[in-house]
Parts: sequence; structure tokens; C-alpha cells
Amino acid sequence: MRVFSNRKFPGKLIVVEGIDGSGKSTQMSLLSHWLRSRGFGVLFSEWNSSPLVRETTRRGKKKDMFTPTTFSLIHATDFADRIERQILPPLRAGSIVCADRYAFTAFARDTARGVSRRWVRNLYRFAIRPAIAFYFRVSLDVALGRILGGRDALKYYEAGMDLRLSRDVEESFRIFQGRIIEEYEAMIGEFNFQVIDATLSIEEQQTQIRAIVEEKLDLSHPNGLLKSPWRGPLNGQPSAAHLLR
Amino acid sequence: MVNQAPLTFYGDGLPGIDTGSLIGKLIVVEGPDGVGRSTQVGLLRTWLEHGGHAVMDTGMARSALVGKTIKQAKQGNTLGPLTLSMFYATDFADRLENEIIPALRAGFVVLTDRYIYSSIARASARGSDPAWIRQVFDFALRPHAIYYLRADVQDLLPRVVYERGGFDYWESGMDVRLGKDLYESFVRYQKRVIRVLDSMAKRYDFQIVDASRSPDDIFLDLKKRITRLLKAASGSARRKPARAEAVARQAASPSHAGLREVAGV
Repeated sequence: MRVFSNRKFPGKLIVVEGIDGSGKSTQMSLLSHWLRSRGFGVLFSEWNSSPLVRETTRRGKKKDMFTPTTFSLIHATDFADRIERQILPPLRAGSIVCADRYAFTAFARDTARGVSRRWVRNLYRFAIRPAIAFYFRVSLDVALGRILGGRDALKYYEAGMDLRLSRDVEESFRIFQGRIIEEYEAMIGEFNFQVIDATLSIEEQQTQIRAIVEEKLDLSHPNGLLKSPWRGPLNGQPSAAHLLR
Repeated sequence: MVNQAPLTFYGDGLPGIDTGSLIGKLIVVEGPDGVGRSTQVGLLRTWLEHGGHAVMDTGMARSALVGKTIKQAKQGNTLGPLTLSMFYATDFADRLENEIIPALRAGFVVLTDRYIYSSIARASARGSDPAWIRQVFDFALRPHAIYYLRADVQDLLPRVVYERGGFDYWESGMDVRLGKDLYESFVRYQKRVIRVLDSMAKRYDFQIVDASRSPDDIFLDLKKRITRLLKAASGSARRKPARAEAVARQAASPSHAGLREVAGV
């Protein structure tokens, strides 16, 4: 089965994937600031952020309205809107687009919720194949430690509480995110993930990432990539310092 | 043709649903915009209830999850064709899991004003890959009967112009710019939708109902077909009395009588 559109664009799509607490957002932020300092136009698209859909997702989560199927479909709707408006047009214009989570998040999460693997891959067939997909590999314990240290509580759906795996939210998180890690691991070959050891220091990870981007995007001969004189804040993207706060 | 086997999904189906427990009847009324579907669904509902059947009717963009969101999104100017398709798929899934399946489990006749076929036809008419959108919707149940109200664009025009007072932006496919004005776009878009629905008739086993006739004639035709369907259903239920009784016992709704009728008790 063909997954993703094979259309070619002058721009380049870079995505980061991994479970919550893997540090992918920090790395993406550092990467996009570096790319911009090199003079490239960079746009940013975040999972679950479509202005048309986001509020509905929030309400559905709050009222516990989702089944695995509708949870999958509402995220695909959000993604479709971002593809049509935030991702595809800039890629056609020659921009670098950085996506914090992409269709792979849906493949991993929805499958972990019991949705058919085949069906969810078909659902996202309109997605654009990324130039680079980074996967931040981290153990459950490390991720859990980072999340519990940084936020007030584990969220209901992120912990897979809707699946009634356990009454204990931490236990449920372990089981559910454990399944997600298995799905990610199985996708490494299928989608040619660039695996980053997310237990390395932030600086070491960033050095590896920049080297991969430099080579894959051939930044010294960036044919078709849009140059941007603009060095101001990125659209909606928090700085690395903000993410670590 | 009357399908009496237990309901099945088109594809892999929904996680955790036992289709063996779905003892009601799933009846679909399909057709292009302005063909008179909702009129027929209203008439059929009253008629079925008079006959003692418990009836649940549903239709597009009525889900608790995204019904309002779809209406709002259509008021703006940013909704793209892909997002529109995904919204309708979400809406359908929410109604399937929270309305249609529970009603079928309770032995209702579920009358649906459009099902997945219109969504597939609209997405295809807007340029999506038909194979893709068919698979997106393959979590749907195969209905017992699909009545396709078949008409040409010329038959739709009087209803749209005089009864509804004009052309709707989305029903005219204005988002994909098929014509210079609403009329031109409506005609081209609906022609495409009808062509796609026609092409789906065989694959999905549509029963084609000539909708160029008067509403009364269409209603008569539909009543005949549905009577046959329900008669065959009560016959097959009688052969399984234990199950039918269990269902009747479970029923706690005011539509008891209808339930017995459907279950053939």
C-alpha cells in the first residue's frame, strides 16, 4: 500500500517524532533557529493546532467524548487543515517546514488504541512525505521522569486513560506509552527514521541533527530553497528556553 | 434484494464492536442535494412509527462532536476540500458509534438521510482519490438497504430555486470554483456528484429509485420496498425466539411496541 503523496516540492519538510518527554520539541526549536540564522525561510507547524479544529478537540477531550476512531479522525481533520494551509503552500514556495509531530504520531497512538494499522495509514495518504523524519528514542522511565518533573500531572488521553488499562494514571501511562514506543520502533525501517538517542546531552543531539540536516538538505547548494532576511520570532514557535521552563 | 445476514463492516471495522448484537435495521436514503431525501425520511419515519416500529433518524453534520464546528467552519473562508472531507468522516464516525450502533443494538429501525456514499461522492467530485476516500469510510456498517433517489440536475433545479430560495455555496461546489456563478457551479458540481453516485451503485448495491416522479409516488415506492424488507426481517427473527425475547426484556424505552414489531415477537 502506498503511504503518502509522492509529490515533489522545492521546499523541505522536517519532522520530529517521539513520545512525550523525549525532548523533540527542544531539539526542533534549536534546529529551526539555526536554520534561520543560516538565512533560510523556516515555518513551523505543531500537532493539533488547526484554528478550525483545535477547540473541538479540546472540548471533546474535556467531556470524554472520544472513541479510538473519532479520536483518530479529529486529529486527521486537524492535520488536513494544516496540510492545506500551513504545510503545502510554503513547501511549494520553497520554505523549510518544521513539524512537531506528524502522521507517525497518529500511526503510533491510534494503533496503540486498537485502530486498524492499515486503515490509519490509508487515512493519512494525503500527507506529504518528509525529507527527514527524526525519531527521538527514549526509555519510558526517562520520559516519565522528565514529564513528572516538569508538569503538574499526566494528561488523561496522553496516559491512555480512555482505554481503561489501569485506574492508576502512572501505570496507564506506562502501558499506553510502552505500546506507542513499540509502534515507533516498528516504523524505523518502514519510514526511514533518523534515530536520535534522546538520553544524550542536548548539545550532542543537536550536533548530530544539524549534521544530518546539512547533508540531507545539501545546505551548501540549496537548490530551490527560499532565503529569508527575516530573523524575528518564528510563527507561534516557543524558544528552547521557553520549552525548558 | 433483501439482506438478512447479520450486519458487517465494509473494512476492518470499529474496535470492540460485536455486530452480532445489532438486531435493528439500517436503512439509507441517498441522493444528490435537493432531490427530496429529507422529505422522504420524514414521511417514512411517521409511517414506520404508525406501524409500531421504533425509529431513529440521523443525517449529516448532526453529531454532538463536530456538528456545530462544521457549520461554523462553512461560514468562514478557509475550509479546504480535504479538511471538509475529514470533518464529515469525523461527524459520521461520532454518529455511527454514539447513535446508530446503540439504536441498532436496541432493535430500532435506523433511517439515515445520507450515509457514507454522499461523502465519498463529494470528495471525489472535489478531486480526491476515490480509492482513498472509500477506504477512509470503510469502518462503516453495510446497511440492509440503500435507496438511491436518482434524478438529473434539471430535476433538482425547481426544488433548489423555489423551495429553498436559492443555491447554497457548498452544494454548488463554489469552494472548488467550477463555474462563474452559483448557478453554473451548481450544475457542474451536481452533475459530477450524480455521475459518481451512479458509478457507485453497483459496488455498494444501491436500489435505484426514480426521483424524477412526484414526492407521493416516490414515497409509495419506498414504502413497498421497506415493507418487503421488514417482513423478511420479522420472518427470520421468529426463527430465533430466544434472542428476540431477550431483546424485548432489555428494552426500557417508550418505544417497546416498535421494538417487538422489529424483533418479530
